[in-house]
Amino acid sequence: MLVSGCGVETFLDPQGPVAAQQRTHFWQVTALMALVVLPVLTLTPWLLWRYRDRGGADYEPRWGFSRGWEIALWGGPALVVAALAVLLWVNTTRLDPYAPLASDANSLRVQAVGYDWKWLFLYPDLGIASVDLLAFPAGRPLEIELTSATVMQSFFVPALGSQVYAMGGMSTWLHLGADAPGRFRGENSQYNGEGFHMQKFEAVAMDEAAFEGWARNAATASALDTAALDALEQKGVASDLAHALDRPSDEILFGGLPDDLFAQVMAETAKAPMAPHDMAAGR
Amino acid sequence: MTLAGLLDAALGRLDWNALPFWEMVTHPSASSIINGLIASGAAGIMVLGTLVTIWALTRHRLWGTLWRDWLTSLDHKKIGIMYVVLAFVMLARALAEASVMRMQQAAGLGGGFLSPEHFGQLFSTHGTIMIFLMAMPFLTGVINFVMPLQIGARDVAFPLLNSVSLALTAAGAALVMASLLFTPFSIGGWSGYPPFTETGFSPDVGPDYWIWAVTLSSLGTTLAGMNFAVTIYKKRAPGMTMFRMPLFCWTALCVSILMIFAMPPLTLATSMLALDRYLGFHFFTNTGGGDPMLYANMFWLFGHPEVYILILPAFGVYSEVISTLSGKKLYGYTSLALATICIAVLSFTVWVHHFFTMGQSASLNAVFGIATMLIGIPTGVKVYDWMLTLYRGRVRLGVPMIYAAGFLMLFVIGGATGIVLANPSLDYVTHNTLFLVAHFHNMLIPGLLFGMLAAYAFWFPKAFGFRLEEKWGRRAAVSWIGGFILAFFPLYGLGLLGMPRRTVAFFEPAYLPFTLIALVGAGLVLFAFGCLVAQLVVSIRERDDRRVPVGDPWDGRSLEWSIPAPAPEWNFAVLPQVETRDPFTEAKEQGRAYRSPEDYEDIEMPRNSAIGPIVGIAGLACAFGLVWYMWWLAISGALLSLGAMLARGFARDTVRIIPAAEVREAHESWLAMVRATPRIPRHEENTPANLGHAIPASQEEQS
Repeated sequence: MLVSGCGVETFLDPQGPVAAQQRTHFWQVTALMALVVLPVLTLTPWLLWRYRDRGGADYEPRWGFSRGWEIALWGGPALVVAALAVLLWVNTTRLDPYAPLASDANSLRVQAVGYDWKWLFLYPDLGIASVDLLAFPAGRPLEIELTSATVMQSFFVPALGSQVYAMGGMSTWLHLGADAPGRFRGENSQYNGEGFHMQKFEAVAMDEAAFEGWARNAATASALDTAALDALEQKGVASDLAHALDRPSDEILFGGLPDDLFAQVMAETAKAPMAPHDMAAGR
Repeated sequence: MTLAGLLDAALGRLDWNALPFWEMVTHPSASSIINGLIASGAAGIMVLGTLVTIWALTRHRLWGTLWRDWLTSLDHKKIGIMYVVLAFVMLARALAEASVMRMQQAAGLGGGFLSPEHFGQLFSTHGTIMIFLMAMPFLTGVINFVMPLQIGARDVAFPLLNSVSLALTAAGAALVMASLLFTPFSIGGWSGYPPFTETGFSPDVGPDYWIWAVTLSSLGTTLAGMNFAVTIYKKRAPGMTMFRMPLFCWTALCVSILMIFAMPPLTLATSMLALDRYLGFHFFTNTGGGDPMLYANMFWLFGHPEVYILILPAFGVYSEVISTLSGKKLYGYTSLALATICIAVLSFTVWVHHFFTMGQSASLNAVFGIATMLIGIPTGVKVYDWMLTLYRGRVRLGVPMIYAAGFLMLFVIGGATGIVLANPSLDYVTHNTLFLVAHFHNMLIPGLLFGMLAAYAFWFPKAFGFRLEEKWGRRAAVSWIGGFILAFFPLYGLGLLGMPRRTVAFFEPAYLPFTLIALVGAGLVLFAFGCLVAQLVVSIRERDDRRVPVGDPWDGRSLEWSIPAPAPEWNFAVLPQVETRDPFTEAKEQGRAYRSPEDYEDIEMPRNSAIGPIVGIAGLACAFGLVWYMWWLAISGALLSLGAMLARGFARDTVRIIPAAEVREAHESWLAMVRATPRIPRHEENTPANLGHAIPASQEEQS
């Protein structure tokens, strides 16, 4: 309530099925933990006052064990943890980022590549790509395959739910979805240097027609060629890339993809030569 | 070789660019000047502090005292005190860094004043210092000072090793300090994740500073763990069975075992990262078949037990403080000891929860999530045990008890958010955000730091013979608690709003109120630290009104309170015979305390040794040489420390005998003074009437 009021993006104000379940789970856990926390928060001050020195309360300096209390002290937390564990198992299995979302609609397949400091989104089935803009149809599950062309990154759209790491030379998976059209902030949450705080992107859920229009428009953009790939690999944020490619910075789209680009990036990252290694060379 | 070539070889890759003000001089811009001034100011304060210390030592002719009575001393109490002094110095630096970061984020909507690089160094040094060079030395110091006294020993099992451990830790600290003057430090965070910290992405000296500082201090910690464990196994006084040990010793034992088994994965991880960086190995690189995920596993295989290394000693302190200041037996001793053991064992089974988002299967995550929650059971038991210790006690709200009360209430909140994070599916939305940052500060500030500050207030009289001033102590404690709440509760909110950690600036106006409140909290925390300084100054100035020569200012329950304050170097004139838990309380109640022993014997104590300081300085030289590629320095440092240790193998005259007569004279004159000193009730505890002779709380008449 605290946060959903101010119009900022969080799983507590969920915009998709994943975040919605996470919100429910969050409040369940919070309620269960209140059973443990509230007695401490209320009883500690009471004990400090009631049993203050020279306060005239009962005093039993040698009392240090009670079977009943022992059972309660171990049993109480154990029961709470048991309940939490059941919730944990159910939710972890249900919200496995690798598991496709239950839906009648077809998934949209997107491949996300983390660069320093921007995201490249490939739509292999549509033959288009975009930078720092993840457009997708609302109501249809989104199936994202992740990798990084550089250091470890983490792909996160707070309003939609789960994040997963993107790592060089390998791929990870994440399934998300949005209930209705909207624009959501996405980010890399894993520190990766100077431009880290600028590595934001927009996840835009559109209705089916709008998405088709967007994809048609993207297909008219110039192709993701070697020059564009080289520019992507340069350290810099999306606006630097736009500048290098001479494009408007809020719309870096590519209308053609090399075959299997994602696999190529993975392979390249894994075998790319390290920076020249010379012990004696200065910094 | 030409002179220039020789100089190049001597200086390695150190050049003018390393100086914190160089960039603003050569490339002046608003940003480089602001950042340069802040960095140069920090370096200047360090240099000035060093110079003033050197000047003061020279002026007061204290070099000899420093060398003979402190640096080369193998007395566990002095080593413990030096650890704590180191911790306070490092705390000051890391707090200052934290405040600058809070200021940056309060001004960080769309920019702020710090460069991303500078901010990266700040959070990396802040974390590295707070964990390895503040928290670890603090708790190691407290264990060093207290544990041998509590088990009735005269020293630790390996006194020289103790001195070497301290020196290695101090060398790590000195290396991080050196990075202020010869920049830059790493921007890879306290966890130093590759491949970001590999040469391909961070070719500068930063990660090397981090690697060697952490390696030095973790070696020191491993050795300290071995030392403490053996001490507890072998050096307990007659009759001091394991289940008669004060609870603090149980926590010390579990921590020692954790240190022995948890530090090596870290040392290995940093060494492997060093091999990658120095010799082109591919353990953790993206390329050449390396695997950064391996590092994450190794680091957290250390990192999670480390959390309990940090927190268990504080649990021990709280057990002593709450029981003593309630004038009551500790409730549920066996439960508390068992819970400590449970936590120590379970701490090795949960490391994956630090990277639930790395893409492993749901069932694996779920298993580690449930294992994590299991730790909540023994921890919950402990919290309720402490509350039941207050129950039907006579609770005095002295400074250590204020910290303990703050801890009890705040720690459970941190525990609750920890349970949230233990759920993989909730971790997916809170991982890497400020929610996590708020959570671990919530565990470590009330959990560890308040515990250490409580220990400082509680055992200070035993170390120095006089009590700390109360008023400034209370102000400090209350400000710490309030400052913590204001500084970190907003971070929970920011984390739930998806604000990533380690972010220098942000673009969401909604974050701003939270970062502003957090800044106020940081200010209050700084004030709290100032109160601690004021408290120390006032206490030293008025020490004659606060002396507690009899040695029992708080009506203590364990053996350390049965000896004079400050404790004599041999601790116990005659080794005590222990028959119960709370042996000193029993003795006082039955009128057996402060009796003259039948006989005295010669006492054998370790002679001073310069090996510790030599190994420390050599280790520092070696590490500094490695960082800057000054190979001559690295090799000489390594040879010197090895040589010193080998040479020590030939030393024969390593102990010194204190004749029985000398012990008798000191002890009998103290006993005579004890008999002449009036006993005081608890409500006079904080008055000059408290000379350290207590009426046992259980025998105090209260209407």
